[in-house]
Amino acid sequence: MRYSDNLHVKQKGIKMKQFIAFVNKEFRHIIRDNRTLLIIIGMPIVEILLFGFAINMEVQNITVAFYDPSPDAITTGITERIKENSYFNNQGNMPSVAKMEEAMQKGDLDLAVVFQQNFQEDLVQTGNAAVQLLANSSDPNRGSISATYATAIIAGYQQEQMELMHIPFQIQTENRMIYNPQMKSSYMFVPGIMGLVLMIICTIMTSVSIVREKERGTMEVLLASPLKQGTMIFAKTIPYMVISFIDFIIILLLSYFVLGVPINGSLLLLFLVALIYISLTLTYGLTISTLVDKQMNAVIFSAITAMIPVLMLSGMIFPVGNMPVVLQAFSAIVPARWFIDAVRKVMIQGQGLFMIWKEVLIMIGMTIFLLGVTIAKTKKRLE
Amino acid sequence: MTNKVIEVSNLTKKFGSFTAVNHITFDVKEGEIFGFLGANGAGKTTAMQMLCGISMPTSGEGTVAGYDIIKENELIKRNIGYMSQKFSLYEDLKVWENIRLFGGIYGLSNKVIAEKTDALLKQLNFAEERNTLVKYLPLGWKQKLAFSVAIFHEPKIVFLDEPTGGVDPAMRRRFWEMIYDASERGITVFVTTHYMDESEYCNRVSIMVDGRIEALDTPAALRHQFNADTMDEVFRQLARKAERD
Amino acid sequence: MKTLKFLIEKEFKQMFRNPLIPRLIVMFPTMVLLVFPWAVSFEVKNIKIDVVDHGKSIYSKRLTDKVAASKYFILNDTPLDYQTAMLNMENGKTDMILEIPASFDKDIVKSQTSTVGVAVNSVNGTQGLLGSNYIMQIVNDFSSEIRGELINTLPPQSRATIMNMPRVDIVPQYKYNPELDYKNFMIPGFMVLLLTILCGILPAQNIVMEKENGTIQQINVTPISKINFILAKLIPYWAVGLVVMIISVTLAYVIYGLWPAGNVIAVLFSAIVFILSVSGLGIIISNYSETMQQASFLVMFFILILVLLGGMFTPVSGMPAWAQTIAAVNPFNYLTKTFRMLYLNGSTLADVSNNLFALGIIAVVLNGWAVFSYKKRG
Repeated sequence: MRYSDNLHVKQKGIKMKQFIAFVNKEFRHIIRDNRTLLIIIGMPIVEILLFGFAINMEVQNITVAFYDPSPDAITTGITERIKENSYFNNQGNMPSVAKMEEAMQKGDLDLAVVFQQNFQEDLVQTGNAAVQLLANSSDPNRGSISATYATAIIAGYQQEQMELMHIPFQIQTENRMIYNPQMKSSYMFVPGIMGLVLMIICTIMTSVSIVREKERGTMEVLLASPLKQGTMIFAKTIPYMVISFIDFIIILLLSYFVLGVPINGSLLLLFLVALIYISLTLTYGLTISTLVDKQMNAVIFSAITAMIPVLMLSGMIFPVGNMPVVLQAFSAIVPARWFIDAVRKVMIQGQGLFMIWKEVLIMIGMTIFLLGVTIAKTKKRLE
Repeated sequence: MTNKVIEVSNLTKKFGSFTAVNHITFDVKEGEIFGFLGANGAGKTTAMQMLCGISMPTSGEGTVAGYDIIKENELIKRNIGYMSQKFSLYEDLKVWENIRLFGGIYGLSNKVIAEKTDALLKQLNFAEERNTLVKYLPLGWKQKLAFSVAIFHEPKIVFLDEPTGGVDPAMRRRFWEMIYDASERGITVFVTTHYMDESEYCNRVSIMVDGRIEALDTPAALRHQFNADTMDEVFRQLARKAERD
Repeated sequence: MKTLKFLIEKEFKQMFRNPLIPRLIVMFPTMVLLVFPWAVSFEVKNIKIDVVDHGKSIYSKRLTDKVAASKYFILNDTPLDYQTAMLNMENGKTDMILEIPASFDKDIVKSQTSTVGVAVNSVNGTQGLLGSNYIMQIVNDFSSEIRGELINTLPPQSRATIMNMPRVDIVPQYKYNPELDYKNFMIPGFMVLLLTILCGILPAQNIVMEKENGTIQQINVTPISKINFILAKLIPYWAVGLVVMIISVTLAYVIYGLWPAGNVIAVLFSAIVFILSVSGLGIIISNYSETMQQASFLVMFFILILVLLGGMFTPVSGMPAWAQTIAAVNPFNYLTKTFRMLYLNGSTLADVSNNLFALGIIAVVLNGWAVFSYKKRG
């Protein structure tokens, strides 16, 4: 009895040793490939910096031109207001509406402000005068926002005039922007970029390298080794997990120190979220590797499924709430959606585990599900 | 006097601080079967790749088929065939498609390719495998096909890098019969191997150790020189000097 | 020239021997164009709002109803205190809070003015900005309603001021996309995205795959010219790109009724110039990579930069100067602009000629580089 116990312990010890030796081997394998390592570490650095600074939803530099057939104090006042505004890039007065439309067609003009004839005269005499805003709306966002800005400026001008006249019954609004008072785009995008970059790296890293081993036939050799296949695959992913986590830390440091995105919540919680997400995406890579047997196809599959859904459905760029219900349901199976949600909540809104338990559980659930699929598929292949 | 189709002197290739090929000098005569022997890592493949114009020598000079190996490497390529150590025909193309591709690359016309393909497949007893994807062929067949493709355009010289690696002795013998056939048709054969028994099939052999040529002569002369019964023994005496593992 | 024919034949055979590729060429554009245009919208509507009404009086109820009735807002909850509303915001249950003071009605009647508080979750800046603008509009409308109703309670002088109040009518008109349909704007972008992904990823894998399989050596010992070899690699992807483009243009018409307002031939022509650029980029990556894994990381790296800095999702004009410099050499940016002009503005080939010229230069540079960076001798 005691002897067999002892043996059991011994065997366990050997297994552990084998396991560590194997992890070691995989590590060396990755570290030795300098160029790949450089890409895996360098890619997120460059991208977080590029996108963090450059991606900006704000509509700026709106090219505006004016058509004013009979300039007077009010039209000049409004024109000056718009010209002064930093969102607008003034192109001056144009001789006709047709000329403006021509410029718009070429893409040189975003907004045309067209005053009616005898603007001030009509305003004073009839109490009414019209200004038309022609917005180039081939980009609807830009079009409507250009028009909104101009409307706000004109309305503001009018409001001032009214205040001068002491018009009663005006209800004021007091606005507060919460979480992102300067409305920096980076607050919105950094969690998204994290989700996207980690997804791409982790998925391609695992799927392609494992399919490569399948292609070369080295996988069969490994599968014949005394280590259990589950253990072996686990051992293979450990180095990837470490590298991905290093990537995450680098991204986090850059967003905090360089991009100035705050970390309002618990750092530990953020690490936990990242660890779960990395496990999930690595597992997804594993799943892909069991579904295809050519590196080429692993690349295509990983690249497309890791990039497009994250860009479109995760809420990284387009708010999930705006989507039709069917697509909202679709977005629920995109892992990055839950990661991005959780990171925004912890990092920017400073919330605790209590507020993100749903996201965390969903990601864990997805990992377990994909792991199950992977194991089932691998078993089938070996039988 | 026979022509020299390969002549090199002091050919050297360094990779960083590592000297893969160290000042080798030799020549190969037209029609010869020239064995290029050495242990794994002795520098055989690198030397051969410099001769074929796919590796740039660090220093030294030479000609292959009358062309300078430094400047005229693209002209050399018109006159040689090459079979690499690792099977390197397209596995996702069919047998006939591989033949057609390489025939086409060397400028043969559709008609010539078609005729020669038929003849070749018949000769190799491959007619039934014409439409088989190459990846499904057994290794020995693949190597026969690779060799046939390498000499399909009737080059002056064919370079064979470990052509018989990993196949059984019977297949190796049949492969050497093919080499002799090619040689009889006037193709000079430059072959690397680490099977010492195969060196006996060559007219002359050179033996590389640690990037240098340590011996070069006919097999009989080498056995005599090293006072050995077999080439294997010659090789073992030389290999003792090796420092690389 | 004759050799080229054999090489192209080989590339096509190999491409179609991988069953995934033909499926990809048809399925991928179909999926993307069918599904994703519905997902992309910046139009801010259905903003969830909590109204904290401390007074629960007549006017405050009317204002609440007015907000709830707006197409921009969904009334999530009317909690009793601000803390509960804040909790809702933290949970993501609500995006905005409107707080109406207890003295709202009294203030209006007595001092003819009042102030309401608005808090917006501005993690998404645009949504925050527009949301607060919409609320302001509603409150202003509400003010004029009240003004109309209570005008008789005022002294005659004030009444006269209101009556004579000048009014500027602001008439916005949306050109080229009057419905402000975001799909129309994004579909040309999706076409560029498809071309970038397919004509970028596939060639990037190609030469490096020959390196991994060792077949490149067998090619390098032959007298093939570099230019022929690279051309043979590229031409099949040009064909793939053109097929994808034809499928996309057709689908956009069939599903969304979207057809270029300008010339459809100009659309295809500019697509071809673009395809030359990205497939050239793919080959360059392939030439510099040692393994397919490296190539795939690199190609994804560049595709992300092309796409995210290319004006498809976020406007180039909003980027800092250095990023706009990157955009000036970004083929994605040029084709997206060109497609949108051709599709929506009805621009002519002459209108987009500057963009095409830039694309042409990029294509020549990248393809020259692709040939140059392919080394037959190591």
